[in-house]
Amino acid sequence: MSYAAGEADHNDHHHHAPSGITRWLFTTNHKDIGSLYLWFSFTMFLVGGAMAMVIRAELFQPGLQLVDPHFFNQMTTVHGLIMVFGAVMPAFTGLANWMIPMMIGAPDMALPRMNNWSFWILPFAFAILLGSLFMEGGGPAFGWTFYAPLSTTYSSDSTALFVFSVHIMGISSIMGAINVIVTIMNMRAPDMTYMKMPLFVWSWFITAFLLIAVMPVLAGAVTMVLTDKYFGTSFFDAAGGGDPVMFQHIFWFFGHPEVYIMILPAFGIVSAIIPAFSRKPLFGYASMVYATGAIAGLSFLVWAHHMFTTGMPVAAELFFMYCTMLISVPTGVKVFNWVATMWRGALSFETPMLFALAFVILFTIGGFSGLMLAITPVDFQYHDTYFVVAHFHYVLVTGAIFSIMAAAYYWLPKWTGHMYNETLGRWHFWLSLISVNVLFFPMHFAGLAGMPRRIPDYSLQFADINQIVSIGGFAFGLTQLLFLYIVIKCVRGGEKAEAKPWDGAEGLEWTVPSPAPYHTFETPPEVK
Amino acid sequence: MRTRLITTLSASIPFAASAQSQFNLTQGVTEVSNRVYDLHMTIFYICCVIGLVVFGAMFWSIVRHRKSKGRKPSTFHENIQVEIVWTIVPFLILIGMAIPATSTLIAMEDVSESDVTVLVTGSQWKWHYKYFDSDVEYFSLLATRQDQINNKLEKGENYLLEVDRPLVIPTGQKVRFLITSDDVIHSWWVPAFAIKKDANPGFINETWTRVDEPGIYRGQCAELCGKDHGFMPVVVIAKEPAEFEKWLAEQEQQQREAKQREQELLSMEMSKDELMDLGEKIYLGNCAACHQANGQGVPGVFPSLKGTDMVMNDIQGHIDIVVNGKSGTAMQAFANQLSMSELAAVITYERNAWGNDTGDLIQAADINEFMNE
Amino acid sequence: MTDTNSRPDNMRIVRRLLFTVAGMFAFGFALVPIYDVICDLTGFNGRTNNEQAAANVREVDTSRTVNVQFITRVNKGMPWDFEPEVTSVRVHPGETRVVNFLAHNLTRGDMVAQAIPSVAPGEAALYLNKTECFCFNQQPLKAGDDVAMPMQFYLDPDIPDHIHTLTLSYTLYDMTAHATPDVLALMQQPAD
Repeated sequence: MSYAAGEADHNDHHHHAPSGITRWLFTTNHKDIGSLYLWFSFTMFLVGGAMAMVIRAELFQPGLQLVDPHFFNQMTTVHGLIMVFGAVMPAFTGLANWMIPMMIGAPDMALPRMNNWSFWILPFAFAILLGSLFMEGGGPAFGWTFYAPLSTTYSSDSTALFVFSVHIMGISSIMGAINVIVTIMNMRAPDMTYMKMPLFVWSWFITAFLLIAVMPVLAGAVTMVLTDKYFGTSFFDAAGGGDPVMFQHIFWFFGHPEVYIMILPAFGIVSAIIPAFSRKPLFGYASMVYATGAIAGLSFLVWAHHMFTTGMPVAAELFFMYCTMLISVPTGVKVFNWVATMWRGALSFETPMLFALAFVILFTIGGFSGLMLAITPVDFQYHDTYFVVAHFHYVLVTGAIFSIMAAAYYWLPKWTGHMYNETLGRWHFWLSLISVNVLFFPMHFAGLAGMPRRIPDYSLQFADINQIVSIGGFAFGLTQLLFLYIVIKCVRGGEKAEAKPWDGAEGLEWTVPSPAPYHTFETPPEVK
Repeated sequence: MRTRLITTLSASIPFAASAQSQFNLTQGVTEVSNRVYDLHMTIFYICCVIGLVVFGAMFWSIVRHRKSKGRKPSTFHENIQVEIVWTIVPFLILIGMAIPATSTLIAMEDVSESDVTVLVTGSQWKWHYKYFDSDVEYFSLLATRQDQINNKLEKGENYLLEVDRPLVIPTGQKVRFLITSDDVIHSWWVPAFAIKKDANPGFINETWTRVDEPGIYRGQCAELCGKDHGFMPVVVIAKEPAEFEKWLAEQEQQQREAKQREQELLSMEMSKDELMDLGEKIYLGNCAACHQANGQGVPGVFPSLKGTDMVMNDIQGHIDIVVNGKSGTAMQAFANQLSMSELAAVITYERNAWGNDTGDLIQAADINEFMNE
Repeated sequence: MTDTNSRPDNMRIVRRLLFTVAGMFAFGFALVPIYDVICDLTGFNGRTNNEQAAANVREVDTSRTVNVQFITRVNKGMPWDFEPEVTSVRVHPGETRVVNFLAHNLTRGDMVAQAIPSVAPGEAALYLNKTECFCFNQQPLKAGDDVAMPMQFYLDPDIPDHIHTLTLSYTLYDMTAHATPDVLALMQQPAD
């Protein structure tokens, strides 16, 4: 596939954007909004990371040293909520805003004003959530999964704020998803057929449908929590004919597709980067698209694998076990395709490629532990232990977050017009890679040996493992400050980036100059 | 059997071999837990082999197919045969995994009649055990001292994994557990039996075990259940059936005697010092988790008892809330958990500790009067 | 696909997507009755349907017996005594039995309770039919009073052979604040 340059003239012409704070407040430009999302996401990453540091500091040694158990529970809860809804999801939405219009040859997102709204309600959602931590009785302390009745009858007064902030996050995500779908359906350049779209666009297209399908269910779940707690309903209270286990069914009906919402765009990013640095077209484009669709479809049939210990009939346990195992087939296809893309290519190892390669290996390790967790009889042993914590951090940190880092390095030249410092980038990669494995790999062992998750103190046999894990945690946290420095340095200056700084890269975004002008593709490019 | 073979092979790998490993799943002491362990190792080794193949191919590319070595990239980008193969082969591997998994799961649903039934009830933050067809029932609380948790005393060997009264079960017999909860969701977990079952308020769950070897087996609550989720361990002692019967008879005898003593105490007056000493002990064991050792609670979550109107003025209200609990909150009814003299002592303690100094003395007879009024 | 004019306009897609969002929000709530139906059909979570079963004529299968155990619990903050008259009965499938449950209100206030049943194993819940039960309704009890509450049941003769033991648990919840009007009216009547 090759693209003809569609944009000859790239002056910042007509309806010039206002400057200063109002530029950002009122902007409807997809690139501005993309940047806002990305900076917001990084801020939340640091806030959520700071909470993780509190958790790891408390767990550094057995005994209670720094925080009391109630505050510890607030930290684990808010860390989870912030990382999921504040760091990973907005980062992907930011990348979607920046890249999807440029990848499909569109001048902007289809619904620019809604785009502005969907970003600007987010800071309020998180201000409310973080503010609730300072209320009397503290913030949410029932885990990010907010199982009833711990989140209803037994929760603190701040629960209403938690519900309200989740509602706002949900509305923001839904608006973002609607925008992505309309943009992809209606704004593609004339010859950009669906099967010519880059995989990042495809994976976001499918992700957006998942968001539309499940975020309203989450909104329903938090609404039920709200009415159970404050308005006397009993959806989850046995006394009034409800059932606390039903909460888990509703939550995980949202929750499992949510997991794929956080990983499918990562697949798209990696499918862009690996071919670029292998200088070889992506292997099995069509099967990648179908695999993504299959994963999304199956994600609606596996939710109860989070609940094997709640006491289900054997037939239901078998059904959910088989469906869950089945997901590893399309996921495997993806991994094999990436490896085949690299096979007999001409590989080079700039920072984006390093992160993408680490993604493939470490995400696959997360996939293996996921497969082990799917096996119902052994899940009884793994469930709610650090083995699960290790599993989902491999998928979400070395999976989703590593892919976001890879994307940032890959497209920074396009965004800023400068090359980032490659030496520092590699330092960032290697320090992250080592520390993240020191952080999360030993957690597998702690979990297998019997350490439950979400505990502020542990018995003595886990002391050594936790000390190592905490050291890895502090190192990983500090390393991310280096990332901040690299990005700021790159925004401020550095070697001029060419329109296409990576010789193997493909796609319309590389046909516009670097930095990408404020308006791109006002006349649609020609796609061959 | 293949799984057996794999387990035997694994014995050559040090960390996988030991049953009490610090790094791996326990093999446990029941037939089910051994099958679970074998299944775990089988799947683990399959994953290792797949990982070796996939990462091997990847590293081969990384090492050999480098641009810096002057490689010219190929241009192939699809191959239907290969793609079909790597869709079908994983599918077949999955079937290979599903077969032992299914048979183990079905074995866990042994429906033969049980010899002993125990009702396990979780509540914030302790377990309660009740033997079916027997009067024996009791609470099982964390026995680790607060000073150890706060790093003022050296931590003992079973730090956080020790309770005042463990559950006792017979070996070689099928013990059925009915599991439920009084408040939030808890999860009763003993790794050595490969049992983890959620305790759902209002509903009962069922599971079972048959332990081969006598011993002490430790576990923990696995489902986040609030502030002291990390402090509600499970300890199970498996005894030979004869010893178990003897133990059960002793417990019945003791509980009867305790009830008699209770009746006798009704006519006795305890001194303030006695009440305060006993009250402090009961308070630290049952109340301090929420209301804190200094009586000030946690603002917004657990109310303070220091200088509040009820504690200072309202004796009947105070007795009422301790005896009957408060519906819809974490405050439980202690009528069935504590004896009348213990209730009297703890209420006296609350009314006179932390500068409350009301001077009120509550006697067991007062509690008795309140309850039978 | 090359003809951009054939694409639907933005607002039409947005409307459809918003409609889907509204539908999925409603679906979240629809899961509540759907869950109840699935529980009733499969005995999921040991829930027994809290409705009166028809006392139709059926054959009694005297060739086997099932041990039916009773467990009674009072919820936290519910100071009643609540005990079954017998802790277990052995019944033939199809045979009708009555078991009394004794409740005693230990408090100095009139209270209303609701008993919530649960059955283990969950599968057995499908075969437990109650023709009369105190758990169908809220139970008022005046201060200090006690009452014997009957429960009449039979096991469906189709109950699978592998079920030897069935445990029925009742948990009493304090519903004084949520009493239904007819129960309240009962409470107002003077004691006889």
